[in-house]
Amino acid sequence: MNFYAIRAIYIFEMMRTWRTLLQSIVAPVMSTSLYFIVFGAAIGSRIASIEGISYGAFIVPGLTMLSLLTQSISNGSFGIFFPKFSGTIYEILSAPISYREIVIGYVGAAASKSIMLAVIILATARLFVAYEIAHPLWMVIFLFLTAVSFSLFGFIIGIWADNFEKLQLTPSLIVTPLTFLGGSFYSIGMLPPFWRNVTMANPIVYLVSGFRWSFFGASDINVGVSLGFTLGFLLLCLTTVWWIFKTGYRLRA
Amino acid sequence: MQPIISISGLGKRYASGFKALTNIDLDIYPGEIFALLGPNGAGKTTMINIVCGIVNPTEGTVVADGHDIRKDYRAARSKIGLVPQELATDAFETVWATVSFSRGLFGKPADPDHIAKTLKALSLWDKKDSKILTLSGGMKRRVMIAKALSHEPKILFLDEPTAGVDVELRRGMWEMVRSLQATGVTVILTTHYIDEAEEMADRIGVINKGELVLVEDKTALMNKFGKKQLTLNLRTRLTSIPAKLADFRLELSADGSELVYAFDPHDDKVGALMKGLNELHIDFTDIRTSQSSLEEIFVSLVRARP
Ligand SMILES: Nc1ncnc2c1ncn2[C@@H]1O[C@H](COP(=O)(O)OP(=O)(O)OP(=O)(O)O)[C@@H](O)[C@H]1O
Ligand SMILES: [Mg+2]
Repeated sequence: MNFYAIRAIYIFEMMRTWRTLLQSIVAPVMSTSLYFIVFGAAIGSRIASIEGISYGAFIVPGLTMLSLLTQSISNGSFGIFFPKFSGTIYEILSAPISYREIVIGYVGAAASKSIMLAVIILATARLFVAYEIAHPLWMVIFLFLTAVSFSLFGFIIGIWADNFEKLQLTPSLIVTPLTFLGGSFYSIGMLPPFWRNVTMANPIVYLVSGFRWSFFGASDINVGVSLGFTLGFLLLCLTTVWWIFKTGYRLRA
Repeated sequence: MQPIISISGLGKRYASGFKALTNIDLDIYPGEIFALLGPNGAGKTTMINIVCGIVNPTEGTVVADGHDIRKDYRAARSKIGLVPQELATDAFETVWATVSFSRGLFGKPADPDHIAKTLKALSLWDKKDSKILTLSGGMKRRVMIAKALSHEPKILFLDEPTAGVDVELRRGMWEMVRSLQATGVTVILTTHYIDEAEEMADRIGVINKGELVLVEDKTALMNKFGKKQLTLNLRTRLTSIPAKLADFRLELSADGSELVYAFDPHDDKVGALMKGLNELHIDFTDIRTSQSSLEEIFVSLVRARP
């Protein structure tokens, strides 16, 4: 293992966060606060509680997931897209490092950033609604697994994308709709049967559900299924990354 | 002597189907300065990128300092530094941060003294805390050199290090390359300035259309191909070249005032020509010789092979 290289990449990536502090941390916190003011306080006060949980508290895990997913993807994709775009990737490719080390450095930094962000969002949310965490350890596990798999997913997008449009296309065209329709703001049980079945094809439903379970101890979907889904997605991304490096896809001519 | 880089049977076909390199065999020896010449698109960068691990070869092997660049890439790459042809820098980083990053990336523990020494040697010390985007083009190129030297490589590739660099800086760069050589670093550089290769290189390789058409010791090359030209200013004009001197294949200028003799210094026939002229009582007022430059040699080589 080339630990110095992993550390160099990790620190380099984290430094960028400090340089762009406003964009990386303040903006998401701001938008989450707005969600809580609008959905939690204004609209939420008129919505009856869901499964015995006040609406304001109910949306906390979903909103955190929403930010976690989008931020992981954007951190993961930008981290590797930028060197490709600026040409500095030559140095990564010519360095004595394995693809595992590259992935650990970039994806580790991307996931760290989004986990930090999720923690900040949870703390912010606490200012608006009083929620409890029923299974803190599982909460951390879901947080961690989701951050890592979606940073990895972002990393793949960053390698695949050869222009800025593509870089932004996947998050805004696929991930955001899936997250909104993934039960962040409502319980799947509230949907008519047909739409409930359609929704079950949305992988993000399982993540949100699992995460929500760790807060309230209850969920639409069995927590084991949620965990299985999260691990499956992680495995899929790992396999894709392994294939990318093995074939040199979009990295080595 | 064991070569420090040994390339054999190297070939590259890009995904587009274009064959950029064909069957390259080349040995580079420790401590030498090797200049790779060739017209645009000849395959110089492709070859360097393969050795450095940026491009995958289609066939053949490369061994760097005893390590196969694919099977034993860690050991091989940690010995190599690369300054690529294109300027590519992290615009928002400081000089110090980007050079330190490179050292870490190549698996070396932090060594502020070495980084400081490198930056000083490249006259970048006063810019160490500046963001790269505030530097000039020539400074950016020196930052890239500092990055390549940050991990103390034994082999340094410089892909057109002096493109777009002013005269003074070019000389500085030559000096730097020589001082690196003095510390035992092997330098492989490409350039389109032939005078640079003539000035710097111990050996010269010429690539044309993906094939290595020539590898020679620079001095040997100059001797081998370096035709000399002897020009005589005649006291009295001639109307034609005397038949007795036909063997020398002389050329007479249009106005008949100059005789030009192109010769190979090894043939040792200048004396005979002088004697011949003397016998014919052809007197001259001035005499000058010139030697063809590497540039002419290069152009004739690349032209000769369509
Ligand atoms: N990624 C690529 N895909 C397809 N063809 C490529 C690729 N990279 C280079 N080539 C082609 O391979 C040939 C050799 O390119 P290379 O960059 O090695 O030339 P070079 O000798 O360095 O030229 P220059 O002096 O202009 O830098 C060129 O015809 C180029 O178009
Ligand atoms: Mg080139």
